[in-house]
Amino acid sequence: MTQTTPFHQLHIDAGARMVDFGGWDMPLNYGSQVEEHHTVRQDAGMFDVSHMTIVDVTGKQAKEYLRFLLANDVAKLTQSGKALYSGMLNEAGGVVDDLIVYYINDEFYRVVVNASTRDKDLAWMEKQGADFEISLQERTDFAMLAIQGPNAIEKTQAVFSEAQQQATAGMGVFFAVDCEGFFIARTGYTGEDGYEIMIPLDKVESFWNALMAAGVKPCGLGARDTLRLEAGMNLYGSDMDEEVSPLEANMGWTISWEPAERNFVGRKALEQQKAEGVQNKLVGLVLEGKGVLRAHQKVVVEGIGEGETTSGTMSPTLKKSIAFARVPKATGESVTVEIRGKQIPARVVKACFVRKGEPLV
Amino acid sequence: MSDIPSELKYASSHEWARVEDDGSVTIGITDHAQNLLGDVVYVELPELEAEVASSDEIAVVESVKAASDIYAPISGTILAVNENLEERPELVNEDPYGDGWMFRLEPSAIDEMDNLLDAESYGNEVADD
Repeated sequence: MTQTTPFHQLHIDAGARMVDFGGWDMPLNYGSQVEEHHTVRQDAGMFDVSHMTIVDVTGKQAKEYLRFLLANDVAKLTQSGKALYSGMLNEAGGVVDDLIVYYINDEFYRVVVNASTRDKDLAWMEKQGADFEISLQERTDFAMLAIQGPNAIEKTQAVFSEAQQQATAGMGVFFAVDCEGFFIARTGYTGEDGYEIMIPLDKVESFWNALMAAGVKPCGLGARDTLRLEAGMNLYGSDMDEEVSPLEANMGWTISWEPAERNFVGRKALEQQKAEGVQNKLVGLVLEGKGVLRAHQKVVVEGIGEGETTSGTMSPTLKKSIAFARVPKATGESVTVEIRGKQIPARVVKACFVRKGEPLV
Repeated sequence: MSDIPSELKYASSHEWARVEDDGSVTIGITDHAQNLLGDVVYVELPELEAEVASSDEIAVVESVKAASDIYAPISGTILAVNENLEERPELVNEDPYGDGWMFRLEPSAIDEMDNLLDAESYGNEVADD
């Protein structure tokens, strides 16, 4: 059965082209995906992300539990509202999901996981939590909207209440605040500044309409994908999954090895992988010849071996085709990608192409 | 509802064809097709002077979503390709029957045009999509 978010009718009213996304009827675009992409790079756009799953972790052992559940260490979080990106791994070190966890206090954390992985994530979190004094509560009483772009903060501020303006004044990147039922976080998935806001269901329509009136343009999943790719952000299920180690998915930085005595799910497997050395790495590719990079194209690394693209697109900002590719560790600066039977040269770069509107490659 | 000019001929695979005054035939993709594809980001065009047969895959349109083959609606020799599409592939979206044309060919058998659909028949076909 197809699910809809609390914004569904507003999408239809805004002229969205809807598409099935993991069982959710979501906007693909509202006309032009490329225009929406540029809107976020240059001004401010908003994305319905209500399909994502919000889980509150509470209880005496909430902190101990999350320190065991996640590869990153929530003990780094000491200021209320601070957020952390982490992988949630299985015993073999594969990625069950990637997520953001917000620290409220030692007995209250809020976790946001992917929509497509909801059921298995909740089951996994329950299972790993069996021996901890915690409770997990899914928050279906929130809708969620991401407002992103160089003008996103300013335009969103204009529709906030006075109390919300005060609560968010000077709030740093990767922080959140709870105010008048809204949970306002300065996070995102586009490489631009902005907010991700959890909204009480009875405020969905008024908040959306106020943002529309403030000149924030609705943007669909299509633009969301090209924006995150340019920004070098992984998409679960494409760039990594349960079969892939975070060490081969550009997620090494999200693993907290210290303190050494902290045990977390997957740690043993990762330590072994690290000791033995991993075979592959996730890199960025910029196509030098003509064509468009897409997921699952063969990458040939002369004299070394082969790899595969995991995500690819024509970058609207760079006007070049870009991709992430998992390639042998020894891969140097150039490869070729097989596109419809032809070998097209591509340059190997760090998997981050655009940040805050500026090309990095 | 998509735009289907009555003076053109159509292939079920969503190409349009127009006979020019000099007897050559200009070919592009329909408004319906560009709408289904979404933003076009790259067009791979045939080689000049290539001999093509009807139903040959001779070009590729890549949109933000996917790559789609473009078929020759009739047989002939490629006379010209729309080089503007290299810099501005979005012309296919903005003006599919005008500036977004793809290639022009010298037909080897102009009566193949009779095998194509008229606007009404094509309109009926896409109404079911």
